[in-house]
Amino acid sequence: MSPRPKYLNLLQIRMPAPAVVSILHRISGALLFAALPVLLWWLQQSLVSPDSYASYRSLFSGWLFKIIALVLAWAYIHHVLAGIRHLNMDMHMGLDLHSARATSMVVLALSVVLTIVAGALLW
Amino acid sequence: MVNRQVVGAHYGLRDWLAQRITAVVMVIYTILFLVAVIRAPQLDHAAWRAIFVPQWMKLASLLFMLCIFMHAWVGMRNIFMDYVKDISVRLTLYVVTIAWLLICTGWAIQILWSVR
Repeated sequence: MSPRPKYLNLLQIRMPAPAVVSILHRISGALLFAALPVLLWWLQQSLVSPDSYASYRSLFSGWLFKIIALVLAWAYIHHVLAGIRHLNMDMHMGLDLHSARATSMVVLALSVVLTIVAGALLW
Repeated sequence: MVNRQVVGAHYGLRDWLAQRITAVVMVIYTILFLVAVIRAPQLDHAAWRAIFVPQWMKLASLLFMLCIFMHAWVGMRNIFMDYVKDISVRLTLYVVTIAWLLICTGWAIQILWSVR
């Protein structure tokens, strides 16, 4: 038998799906906070004038900003879906192990699917 | 006498509730916003601007952004509490975060009310 671990090595333990949803909820939230100035800048550029709108649109002709926008779209979608799951659990829905695992799988899969849909609609 | 410590537990009910109420407001606005975008004839600059012309849309958008900022404050504070153990560094991060979110509030108002 292997010796019992003395601490939790995040690189060695296998996180169950609800734990993955939980840490991604935190990471996506921090990411969206960090992106606030970029998002406000985009909103301003898109609204100020037809010229600024055109330069805002041209930002997304390159891959860099496309990828940034997709990552932020994923962060928002994942955060919302995980948040809705959270609110349901606050109301004591889906608390047992089986449904907690199932709903976290749904959150993980649906956030990727909706991000792809958002990307397809945008381009 | 109730002994309340600065670092004591169980004082977070108000923030816990605020986090959930702001979340619900943001979900409702997200749906409203998506409907407005889908209903726009085509997404050029004029149609995009037109979404934000009505006063109620400006106010709804401002409410959404205020919810984001309040929600972000509670969330970021939780992250700082978990990972930043040095009290002076943590307090500095709190102050910077609050100041930054207040700046964002002013910026958001400026952006929204520039649309006429």
